[in-house]
Amino acid sequence: MSLLDIIFGVISLVAIASAISVVNQRDIFRAALFLVVSFLAVAALFVLLNAEFLAVVQVLVYVGAVSILIIFAIMLTSNVQTGSTSHGFSPLILILVAALTALIVSTAISTDWNTWDSKGFEVSPGGTEEDLSNTEQGIKNVFSNTTVVISTLIMTRFVLPMEVVSVVLLAAVIGALALVRDTEVES
Amino acid sequence: MSAIIFGIGLYGALSKKNILTVLMSIELMFNAVNIALIAFSRYTIPQGMTVAKSALDEEIGLALAHGTPLGDTALNTLLTGQIFSIFIIAVAAAEVALALGIVIAIYRNRETVDLTNVNLMKG
Repeated sequence: MSLLDIIFGVISLVAIASAISVVNQRDIFRAALFLVVSFLAVAALFVLLNAEFLAVVQVLVYVGAVSILIIFAIMLTSNVQTGSTSHGFSPLILILVAALTALIVSTAISTDWNTWDSKGFEVSPGGTEEDLSNTEQGIKNVFSNTTVVISTLIMTRFVLPMEVVSVVLLAAVIGALALVRDTEVES
Repeated sequence: MSAIIFGIGLYGALSKKNILTVLMSIELMFNAVNIALIAFSRYTIPQGMTVAKSALDEEIGLALAHGTPLGDTALNTLLTGQIFSIFIIAVAAAEVALALGIVIAIYRNRETVDLTNVNLMKG
């Protein structure tokens, strides 16, 4: 068991524990704070997965923006002094969700993934060990410098989805403003 | 790991009555999906890459079979999962902004964040 495995174990433990607290916490404000902890743990996980750019985006968007929005909404709506409102617990849903999760996990374990280690690198008749290490080096280079590749890709091959997403964001902002403003006019 | 967080989020989304808790659970599920995408992008090869090993005229097949350095196109394919999760994050942010607007609108009209009380659509 290497150091990376131990780090992964600790991070996933934190993420899962705080996710459980988000769902189980009676005080909704504390639940929001645990949500932030969970987001941070996920960002750390992204770093472990060689996705540094996404880790930064995760911290900026989720920890910075989304959690602030949620905390604002909590303060605007529920009465913080009296705590959270009703809190449901339903064994039936718990059983169903546990079954679904077990199904996903067992599928993931039993699937024969095309991982790099198991299938990707085989010395074929025409290739030598040195060629193989060249390919491995190329792949390592991609994952050591993801930001450059991602920015190039977004501006070239994925430029249309990028524009669509920006229009969606614009529509969402206008929609949110319109929703909040209309109720003000009525009252 | 991803599946477990997704399961927790799904449980929260289905069983809670407070609309804000449901929103936070949905965020948990988004996160779980992102973890899965990035992990698969990191550890697995797209199916086309291994198939192309026999079709040597393709750049990726050449690279995997003979170890020639991978070109830009081939290497870029590896990061599609991360691009996808960037888009998921953007759409999730838009969704949160809208949902919180709706929550505040509902709260102003009906003075509640309890989902069981929001039954305007009931005939």
